[in-house]
Amino acid sequence: MSKDKEKLFSKKNRTLLTDPLDDSNPITVQVLGVCSALAITVKLEPAVVMTLSVIFVMGSSNMIISILRNIIPNRIRIIVQLVVIAFLVALVDQFLKAYAYDVSKQLSIFIGLIITNCIVMGRLEAFALGNGVWKSFLDGVGNALGYGWILIVVAFIRELFGSGELFGIPVIPEFIYELGYRDNGLMLLSPMALIVVGVYIWIQRYFNRKLIEKD
Amino acid sequence: MNTESNRHTYLFAGIMVITIAFVLSFTSESLKELKLDNVKKEKMQNILSTVGVNVSRDESEDLYNQYIIEELSLTHNGDIDQEVNAFNINLALEIRKGLDDQRFPLYIADVDNSKYYIIPLRGNGLWNAIWGYIALKQDINTIEGISFGHEAETAGLGAEITQDWFMNSFNDEKILNSNGEFVGIYVSKSNNDPDNIDKNDNEVDAISGATITGDGVSDMIKERLENYLPYFNNLSNE
Repeated sequence: MSKDKEKLFSKKNRTLLTDPLDDSNPITVQVLGVCSALAITVKLEPAVVMTLSVIFVMGSSNMIISILRNIIPNRIRIIVQLVVIAFLVALVDQFLKAYAYDVSKQLSIFIGLIITNCIVMGRLEAFALGNGVWKSFLDGVGNALGYGWILIVVAFIRELFGSGELFGIPVIPEFIYELGYRDNGLMLLSPMALIVVGVYIWIQRYFNRKLIEKD
Repeated sequence: MNTESNRHTYLFAGIMVITIAFVLSFTSESLKELKLDNVKKEKMQNILSTVGVNVSRDESEDLYNQYIIEELSLTHNGDIDQEVNAFNINLALEIRKGLDDQRFPLYIADVDNSKYYIIPLRGNGLWNAIWGYIALKQDINTIEGISFGHEAETAGLGAEITQDWFMNSFNDEKILNSNGEFVGIYVSKSNNDPDNIDKNDNEVDAISGATITGDGVSDMIKERLENYLPYFNNLSNE
């Protein structure tokens, strides 16, 4: 039982949080959850709320599955995972509708679509079923952060160049428009999210050489 | 413990589903009041915004009672049905009925001694329903203001119909053409008046990348307003 003495934020546990931000980023390295990254990155605010919701759902679902991991029947484990995720997402949706009505309207169907986000189930299957509760929690939060970080970067670029705003507040000074600058409507279309993510992967690999395949 | 036995599997699934169902229905019930209240106040807020009264959701109830002087349920022939409370009409359900069974809610506002007719709208966007409110001035032709909402239009594209710049472009537009016939307002892609200076062309400029949502807006305005023409004709004949 020497494991129990491991510190809460030992180096190993810290990498569970930090690895998904770069080395094993769910979107840019594992290429999971890209669909929602394209859909909700037009503006920053929904991207931030989505990030928070995913952090809650992933942290809690990883914990729940990890607690139950020894009694979940193997044959129905995927169904169990799905039910747990759907349950948490329904909870988030209810609370947003009651306490953050405006944001819940903006995100509309995308909150529900967290259920189908491959990252959530992927982490349950790959990590929570085989690891302790605290580690699973860190892994869930870490991966949600890695996912959310990309959402926020992409949303920042798309909102800034697409609408000239950040969090809905105009940030590009009027005189630049008078010089002939125009917001690029193309940035608001989904294909541009794919291109922005692509450019991010390019830059990430330029600095993080170990991500480059050998052949 | 044999976690692979059928008994364990059924037991596990049963307990899990019942627990989750219980927690979810409990949460949903205990938040119900708050959710319904949000929806009701938002409706009042949207109705008021069309006549230039912009309030926060919390103040909307008081101001609604102050400015809205009448809530009418109209029949397709333009008569008033006293038995139906206009505010409680759920347009999403109402719109599926036949025209003769539908009741058409009409709100009449009095703001600084000017009378406005506010008509709720509902139609289809690209992904799901779109809705809104349109306020007509006393001439029953000029638009005082409009507000839109949507269920699931694309953020940044179709969802832009709820932005002020789009809603404001309807202000002072006319729903009748120069011959006095009802035509509605078209969200037009081939608009020759992108700055929206001409207020008599029955057109506003469309949003790039949101053609289907825009067409939905045009259709919704035309379809809904048409149903109120008998009532408005009765009014002007009086």
